Amino acid sequence: MAINLLRDKGTPLDRQHFTWKDLVPKPISKLNVDAFTRVRIILMNGIESETNRFSHSCARMNKELQGYLARVRRKEQHQQTIVNWLLPADQSPLETTIGYEQVAIEVTAALAEAEPDPYIAQVLRFGLLEDFDHLYRYSALLDRLQGIDANTITQGYTDIVPGRPTVDEHRDPLDDLREHYDKRKAAPLTKLHAYTILAGEHQTHDYYMHYGPWFADPLARQLYAEIASIEEQHVTQYESIIDPTESWMEKWLLHEANEVYNYYSCVEYEDHPQVKAIWERFLDYELGHLQFAIDVCKHVERRDPAEYLPERLPDPIAYQSHREYVRQVLRDEVDLRADGTRFVNKTQEPERSLNYRRQMNVDGSPSEIVAAGWRWSPGGELVAGQGFKEAA
Amino acid sequence: MTGSRKNNLNMFLTSAEGPAVDRKGGIMKSPQSMGTNRSGIDLSPQGAEEMTKAVQEFPPSSEGNAHTLTQLRAPYLDEADPIGSIPLPGTIKGAAKSGMQKLMGRHAEVLIDKLGGRLAFERTGTRLYDALIGKFLSRKDEATMLSIDELQRFRAEEAAHIGLCWDALRELGADPNCVTPMADTNAVASIGLMQIIADPRMTVAQSLHAIHVAELADNDGWQLLIKLAREMGQEDIAGRFQTALEEEDCHLAAVRTWIEHICLDAAGVR
Repeated sequence: MAINLLRDKGTPLDRQHFTWKDLVPKPISKLNVDAFTRVRIILMNGIESETNRFSHSCARMNKELQGYLARVRRKEQHQQTIVNWLLPADQSPLETTIGYEQVAIEVTAALAEAEPDPYIAQVLRFGLLEDFDHLYRYSALLDRLQGIDANTITQGYTDIVPGRPTVDEHRDPLDDLREHYDKRKAAPLTKLHAYTILAGEHQTHDYYMHYGPWFADPLARQLYAEIASIEEQHVTQYESIIDPTESWMEKWLLHEANEVYNYYSCVEYEDHPQVKAIWERFLDYELGHLQFAIDVCKHVERRDPAEYLPERLPDPIAYQSHREYVRQVLRDEVDLRADGTRFVNKTQEPERSLNYRRQMNVDGSPSEIVAAGWRWSPGGELVAGQGFKEAA
Repeated sequence: MTGSRKNNLNMFLTSAEGPAVDRKGGIMKSPQSMGTNRSGIDLSPQGAEEMTKAVQEFPPSSEGNAHTLTQLRAPYLDEADPIGSIPLPGTIKGAAKSGMQKLMGRHAEVLIDKLGGRLAFERTGTRLYDALIGKFLSRKDEATMLSIDELQRFRAEEAAHIGLCWDALRELGADPNCVTPMADTNAVASIGLMQIIADPRMTVAQSLHAIHVAELADNDGWQLLIKLAREMGQEDIAGRFQTALEEEDCHLAAVRTWIEHICLDAAGVR
């Protein structure tokens, strides 16, 4: 499927209709669906959420754009509803959390592996190892709180082992900032990666902040508090890699282009018929939004959108297991830490981050406690070593 | 197609959209036979093997075991406030009621708490039956042995039990509108039950399982409440509650029978 970002019209805005019934589709089956369908649903909810978040910020700062943004935002709101409502009611918040971390691992790894800018790729790998560790900690919680094996959600695609230990991820805010790409020189793929990872991480942060208080168990509440804090660090990291000199209009166009890119990637990989139909429909809707924004750009800013956007989309995001890639990154980079915008060995970590970490961990570390001595095994630790029968 | 995995082993041939068929080509009756359950590891033996290798290479970052978790929880257990307090009669008139007078010198709050809990559970129980009846009316062929008349009678009896608890609380001078701690406990316990029955994907049989859990708790709840009322000198109230317990006995017996029949029918052994 060859998409021309500047010319393809998609579905025009005034032909994008919804009903309340439409907004509540049949949910996926937690038990039967392929893990990567769930991964795509979780990420696309984040992509839509980010676009709406940006749109509101943009509207607050640009009176002349408010009407245009509001028209598109209503569509995005309803698209996000349909996507997020695909998640089923029998998938608990903790199980969904496992899905969020699988997104963070497999999507970040896909982006890092394809990223042409070495520094941005390094930033992605740095975050990857931290989210990788979160999957391990939440898996221990799921096993030790409810006796559920997290692999029932991740389905063998993703290793469940420690990454850069969460206890070591807490940094001074100044060590979360990164260098940004140069909007004039960066490859389009770099920009799409930055917007995608920011969307995913921001949604993850918001999800943990929302569901942390839902848990009765004090350990679960502490673990969500701790990992939500790291997700806030990740949002800080990833928003800082985006060139802040991009104009509001340029950022709007990039958000819409990124939505096209992400729905296109979903269409390319999806084989769940009902979900694929949603991706195809929304790919057309996003092309319509992009065309609308292109028109606004021409009429309001009197700029040529080709200054901001490529004509062709890069290869889609690779929705597949990145097991070997992640393991190698773990072997090579687990001891990396941040000193301002630079990555250094842990022996060179700034005192400000060490002090902050000591302070936060002084009453104990929930991420260390929850996984004390815990190793993933099929069926969970209640089954491990019991001598139960293996598959025939 | 990357990102999905072909099934390498399955007793049944399945299609993404159509019903499962057995080896002889017969259509499987149960809706739960459709599609492929991917939550186990036998569909992904290579993935499980790789994960086990990873566990060997990347060990835990902290020592300990499941008991280590109590370290963090213990101070919270020591410091926790109660979930709420038991509402005692809010008016002088209420406290002067004859029922309350009989409780003087005893722990009236225990009876009020249990009564509040029973009241809340009967309210939720009525809504559970409402939801089940709605589902059953659309899916009668899933459970032909169920009787709509009986379901509606059970629903009506649950609703009538609300009044029994309400009036008893009023007789004791307590406020039946208050959420007692036991009422709150029951509300939390009921969340999962309603999630089952309200979910259109859950079958009538699965929904009956939720009703079964509710009826078991309900039955024991009434027995305890009757004993408590008698011990606290509330013979009139206990007598009225005995009728409710007899009705609950009928509910439980019927639900048990339905569940058994549906299960044995589905297994093809009845």
